[in-house]
Amino acid sequence: MPDVIGAKPRPRPEQTLTSTDAEQTGPSPGPEASGPGAAPPLPGVSRYRPVNPLWELTLARIREFVREPEAVFWVFVFPVLLAVALGIAFRETGPATVPVAVEAEERQGPGSSSSRLMKWLEGRTDIEAVLLSPEEAARALRTGRVALVLRPARPEAAAAGSPEAGERAFAAPSHPDLDSEGLIYRYDPTRPDSRVARLVVDDALQRGMGREDVAQMRDEAVAQPGARYIDFLIPGLVGLNLMGSGMWGLGFAVVQARTRKLLKLLAATPMRRTHFLLSFMLSRLIFLALEVVAVISFGWMAFGVSVHGSILELGIISLVGSMAFAGLGLLVAARTRTIEGVSGLMNLVMLPMWLLSGTFFAATRFPEFWQPVIQVLPLTALNDALRANINEGLPLAASLPDVLVMAAWGSASFLLALRWFRWQ
Amino acid sequence: MPATDSSQPANFSGEVALSCESLVKRYGEVVAVDGIHLEVGMGECFGLLGPNGAGKTTTVEIFEGLTIPDGGRVEVLGQGWGEGDDRALRERLAVQLQETQFADRLTVVETIAMFRSLYKRGWESEEVIRLVELEEKRDARVGKLSGGQKQRLAIACALVAAPEVLFLDEPTTGLDPQAKLQLWDLIEKFRSRGGTLLLTTHYMEEASRLCDRVAIMDHGKVIALDTPNALVESLGADEIVEFSLEGFVAADRLSRLPGVRGVRSRDGNYLLTVSSVAEALPALLAEVEIQESRLVGLATHRATLEDVFVTLTGRKLRDA
Repeated sequence: MPDVIGAKPRPRPEQTLTSTDAEQTGPSPGPEASGPGAAPPLPGVSRYRPVNPLWELTLARIREFVREPEAVFWVFVFPVLLAVALGIAFRETGPATVPVAVEAEERQGPGSSSSRLMKWLEGRTDIEAVLLSPEEAARALRTGRVALVLRPARPEAAAAGSPEAGERAFAAPSHPDLDSEGLIYRYDPTRPDSRVARLVVDDALQRGMGREDVAQMRDEAVAQPGARYIDFLIPGLVGLNLMGSGMWGLGFAVVQARTRKLLKLLAATPMRRTHFLLSFMLSRLIFLALEVVAVISFGWMAFGVSVHGSILELGIISLVGSMAFAGLGLLVAARTRTIEGVSGLMNLVMLPMWLLSGTFFAATRFPEFWQPVIQVLPLTALNDALRANINEGLPLAASLPDVLVMAAWGSASFLLALRWFRWQ
Repeated sequence: MPATDSSQPANFSGEVALSCESLVKRYGEVVAVDGIHLEVGMGECFGLLGPNGAGKTTTVEIFEGLTIPDGGRVEVLGQGWGEGDDRALRERLAVQLQETQFADRLTVVETIAMFRSLYKRGWESEEVIRLVELEEKRDARVGKLSGGQKQRLAIACALVAAPEVLFLDEPTTGLDPQAKLQLWDLIEKFRSRGGTLLLTTHYMEEASRLCDRVAIMDHGKVIALDTPNALVESLGADEIVEFSLEGFVAADRLSRLPGVRGVRSRDGNYLLTVSSVAEALPALLAEVEIQESRLVGLATHRATLEDVFVTLTGRKLRDA
């Protein structure tokens, strides 16, 4: 126990409590003769402070946090679950196939256009086709099950079907023999997957029917780690998690202490204000390390997302980012009196960053005139710096502007919080 | 207890621990504290007695340096708040607030140790735990404690500072009689060591048992200030006779009965302050007979601070 070291018992000279009768009762105060059940006498002597108040306050923060199962879930388990869900949704499944539907004619037969088309499409590995009635095909397109609907241009004529055509289809399934009117592609041109499907299907059909390419091009497949969606996502999740736990962790604890009048009681003690606020920041440090390690090691084990940059520099970036959000959390909670009030403010501050700061997709997708605002958001800065380190392996110097943005947020909000803090 | 001049603290050294002059605090239109003067001596236990909303808590919080008064002057251990080293002053004080809820997920010993760490000097956490008899709950979470245990924890968090002046704001409100006695015992231990105490309460038995002097407060003003005994004696009556009637007896007839010093009546309930029950009671019964009323209830007790409050304000402490 640290309280033994240097804890020399000594009377307080200025104190009436340690007046001589304390020494007269002897060194070990026994139970007073006031009968059974009476409280033992007060200790006669006071001692020097056994431990550092900042450490004790920080320790209390840490204990409170780890003894709250919900908080542990949201900070450690939730981001990992999010990474699992998104990682599975966007997993690599080899070369992608495009889902399309072929509209069936009213009278279906082996000689009909749709049947011939289906037969040929089934031979393709990059196209996944289903034969559906026009109504079903329209619904499949609307609900996103298929990206493109192929409608034979003249189903009536095809339905009449000449035996000659049917024969041709059977004879040469490698050749998508269509009527001269060709096909109608039905799709929504604003849907990227539909546009891809149209290009793939059209290219395959035109070539199959004998179109000659004018120039010879070669494909070279690139699938190296670092360029996948999950590689983009993991640093974003680290950033998002640091924001959420920093702000909620501090804001909630402070407002709760205020509603419970604990702050008021602390204000009546000789505690230094900076010690109190710093204890929150310091307790964040401990969890910061664990949080970052949890998400990154999960990304590495489950998806092979590796950290290309320096681990030390990654730690520095996380630390500065975490302090920025801890400061913001304190600021949001500096004067708020109710849990409801602080929840609203938290969401007001965090929601824009959830959307704008490039956690799930690149922030640069937003219009140019938003960028000055988006780029100075602390989460944008943190996400950019994390990606530069984890994905690109750039040195810290390359992310210096981002680090400065975060440091500015952190120190400005901490100082304002200290100034505006309401103890009652 | 020596009956002393009521305007002077009942201390022995003559040193003043707490004092205030013409203290005023307003909350909007409401005047919570309305120009009060108090002086508490070193080693004295001083009680502020009054109903809820009388201004007791506001007064204590001004002394604690938690509330800034709108007018008047406060000195704590010879120093005004904001006039010197406030932190050094706080090292010598400790506070228990009425509504503090400690963190539920910390244990008793952790909570006390945290408060201990805030003071340069103080008592050992373990010693204080023993003192407030929470040894069995040492490692229990604060959230699992009973009301009385939580209150003892609050006092432990104050005592751990080994304060020269201890402020207790309604320390026993809401506690069962057993827990109340335990706390009183604890407070007396602190007193017996010469600690100065300012405590608020709306229990008159608490004030008369613990306090050297009591200031009775109502509507932000001190309406009486003396030792508990002197206050009760000021009624000029040792006993109180309370009764209720079916019918009516004029108050002036009652006041002329032998041994009766004062009469209060409200809705058929009467309260007589009497110098001698033996004299007054037969006369009262005879009077009731003459007026052809019928007694519904009758009780007598020795005069207490409660009766002082009722006599001064016409209201009871609890329902005031």
